Amino acid sequence: MIKAVMMMNTQGKPRLAKFYDFFTVEKQQELIRGVFSVLCSRPENISNFLEIDSLFGPDSWLVYKHYATLYFVLVFDGSENELAMLDLIQVLVETLDKCFSNVCELDIVFNYSKMHTVLDEIVFGGQVLETSSTEVMKAVEDISKLEAASNAVSLVPKSVSRWRGR
Amino acid sequence: MDNMFQRSLEDLIKGFRLQLLGESSFISRALEEIRREIKATDLSTKSTALHKLSYLAAIHGVDMSWAAFHAVEVVSSSRFHHKRIGYQAITQSFHDQTSVLLLITNQLRKDLNSVNEYEVSLGLECLSRIGTHDLARDLSPEVFTLLGSSKSFVRKKATGVVLRVFDKYPDAVKVCFKRLVENLETSDPQILSAVVGVFCELASKDPSSCLPLAPEFFKILIESRNNWVLIKVLKIFAKLASVEPRLGKKVAEPICEHMKRTVAKSLVFECVRTVVSSLSDHEAAVKLAVAKIGEFLVEDDPNLKYLGLHALSIAAPKHLWAVLENKEAVVKALSDEDPNVKLEALHLLMAMDSYELCAKSDPLFCNEIIISVLSVCSRNAYEIIVDFNWYVSLLGEMTRIPNCQRGEEIEHQLIDIGMRVGDARPQLVRVSWALLIDPAMLGNLFLHPILSAASWVSGEYVEFAKNPYELVEALVQPRTDLLPPYIRAIYIHSVFKVLVFCLGSYFSAQESSSGSSSTVAFTYESILNLVNVIEIGVWPLSGAYDVEVQERAKNVLGFIGMAKQDIAKKVNLQDNEAEACRVTAFMEDVFSEELGPISANAQEKVFVPDGLELEENLGDLEEICGKFLKPVESDSVPCADKISFSVSNLRIRDQQEASSSSTSLPPKASSSLLAEHRKRHGMYYLTSEKNDPDSNGTPNDYPPANDLASEILLDPLDPKRKAKHRKSRPVVVKLDEGDESRIITSQAKTKQESVTDDESLSRAIQSALLVNKKGKEREAKGIQI
Repeated sequence: MIKAVMMMNTQGKPRLAKFYDFFTVEKQQELIRGVFSVLCSRPENISNFLEIDSLFGPDSWLVYKHYATLYFVLVFDGSENELAMLDLIQVLVETLDKCFSNVCELDIVFNYSKMHTVLDEIVFGGQVLETSSTEVMKAVEDISKLEAASNAVSLVPKSVSRWRGR
Repeated sequence: MDNMFQRSLEDLIKGFRLQLLGESSFISRALEEIRREIKATDLSTKSTALHKLSYLAAIHGVDMSWAAFHAVEVVSSSRFHHKRIGYQAITQSFHDQTSVLLLITNQLRKDLNSVNEYEVSLGLECLSRIGTHDLARDLSPEVFTLLGSSKSFVRKKATGVVLRVFDKYPDAVKVCFKRLVENLETSDPQILSAVVGVFCELASKDPSSCLPLAPEFFKILIESRNNWVLIKVLKIFAKLASVEPRLGKKVAEPICEHMKRTVAKSLVFECVRTVVSSLSDHEAAVKLAVAKIGEFLVEDDPNLKYLGLHALSIAAPKHLWAVLENKEAVVKALSDEDPNVKLEALHLLMAMDSYELCAKSDPLFCNEIIISVLSVCSRNAYEIIVDFNWYVSLLGEMTRIPNCQRGEEIEHQLIDIGMRVGDARPQLVRVSWALLIDPAMLGNLFLHPILSAASWVSGEYVEFAKNPYELVEALVQPRTDLLPPYIRAIYIHSVFKVLVFCLGSYFSAQESSSGSSSTVAFTYESILNLVNVIEIGVWPLSGAYDVEVQERAKNVLGFIGMAKQDIAKKVNLQDNEAEACRVTAFMEDVFSEELGPISANAQEKVFVPDGLELEENLGDLEEICGKFLKPVESDSVPCADKISFSVSNLRIRDQQEASSSSTSLPPKASSSLLAEHRKRHGMYYLTSEKNDPDSNGTPNDYPPANDLASEILLDPLDPKRKAKHRKSRPVVVKLDEGDESRIITSQAKTKQESVTDDESLSRAIQSALLVNKKGKEREAKGIQI
């Protein structure tokens, strides 16, 4: 099971944080800060795994990958394979790349809801559902079309149309 | 109208990045806006406000639980956009105690029955994240239907939600399990991976319930080519094989096949892990797994190295040969720059019985392990050690490893820990006692430094010893003749400390007839016995060749002579006339002052007192004692001789007196200090004329060495500075800077003695220069007047 997915920049600002167990908002912020303090002290070229029992309880592991200015973090337990989780981060990043073409941190900052859409297709309730970025892209595109369609319904605000209707 | 001027989430984010006010005031302003907007009846306004709120909650930690009802309202909208925002807010903020939770049941049901698969997936995701018992119960029929849906997208997600539903409402199992199992036979790889994922979790919680499905899993294991699926199936088998060992036989073969054929490292690792944890009885499989571990360990990728070590530590308890095969890699990992790898290697070595390991491998490797473990553990004042009792016993065990040649480092650490970690002292004394009573240790040259540390520790912290009597017996045993003199000296001094402690507690017990505070009670007979044992053991040493051994032996014997009378008179501490009592009390005072670690920079921190000239040219000294210094320089003074300076001092006096008195050598039974020392010089610094065959005289010829040595030995060491470093584990005294961190000592002596050396030397120079200055002043004054 996956316990959390986080994206934060190298200054510790979270860009996305999704927890698959319930935590209060204060606890969430605390966890984000805790993870950042662990990550920022790690030099390059060493392993990407960490035991993180102190923050997330027993049998918690963390895998992270450092891309440019962002840390992608996955917190999981013993029922996931460590190297597979590393691959999953790769899948996520590839999908984002396809979504935004040459994704950078700013894309992630400004497209908060799309990020969630993508993530929700890959990890569902803590389980890994989809590992192929093409499939994910298909679903994401469909959802975006649906959203756009539903949004196009009322470009004219209701109060105006009511006024016009009188 | 309100909708047009409302800030959307994008505007909010942009505003945030451009804001000139402080972050928190920006957030509070935005929150005010949101609170206003969210009460609007228009669903679009409401949903945008909710969207902004969920963003603030997730990224900036703003509480959004007050908006629960509004989220429910938003979700009821028919528009997909609003539904998404609503469900996102719900999954983020709802929990078991949210009061409005039940209100979404109907909405969820509607959405789960929707034609639009994306609406269905929204509902399913919500259920999987926040599903409660009631929700699960009410919605399990819908889930059941969806599990059989024709759209694979929907089926995949429904499978995902099953886990939560089963968890919260176990009765749902009766309904849905069959469909779940049917999905196992699907050809769609995504659905399959979702299903096996669910079974993996179910198997972790209750392996026996999934046991009947083993044949299906076996089929998947053999046929599937999807790595994700295979990994999950392997995990399932790992859990199942622990309840049903016969399964192991069947799956060992296919697992080995996968290990050989696949290129995916993740799959290889999972196979290895399954084999070493659950199939450890199958030799062929284990051999292959260990071979793969070996490959991982030599890879450059630190991840693979770390995982290799991890797998090795799982395999180690049952398969020690696996570690031996990869020993070079493990030792190399101890000095890797990755802290994970280092720690894993260390745990690996420490978890195993190091004795067994070293017995089977060559001495060089053995010592390598020892030195690596010692250096890693002692880094930064024993940062990684939490249980010092265990570490001290480990040090003791290392001593017993055959071919151990790291005596100096172990000696250093034993003393260091004694000084820094107060709580570890009882264990230290226990371990030292075990080492001291073992006669076999005395024969091994490499272990002598450890024995010196053990005896020092036992003497210094004798109050923790269970049985001082046995300790003393160990310290004076005849076999200690095998020890070099400087270590013998430490033994005798420790005997002295023990004696002082015992006498002190005996005298105080006499005083307070109601039980003494010390743990060991001494009766008249036992203390007398102790004193006799010491006397008998130390007596032969009073005639030893080595200066220090002799001095100390004589100290102890003199003290005993004095104490014996007072013991016989049955005096107590209050009796002011009893000399022994007073001396004992005085010595106890001296020994009770705690010795702490000294920083390497301590000497530099001592401020030079006013009027002390250290830089001044010592040319004047030449003037004053020129005629005396020259003969001394021609002799080679070995630096190992600690009293060399004082001896040369006397030599100067020697020469002075010799030039004024007759030149003939006094007969050998001369009582003057001067003559005796000349004789001794004759013995040590052999020159052609002083070939006195009788200089190897009887013990009585030698002058009392007390006066000479006393200025060096009885100098209490001032701990220069102690900074107590507070930790939750036993307090480890750590100094601010300049703390030592060397591995190999070049000198066999303990550091304390060499520091005393320098101090006494510098003091002597100081006093010599002061005399010089005073002389000059007097001269100047004389001229003036």
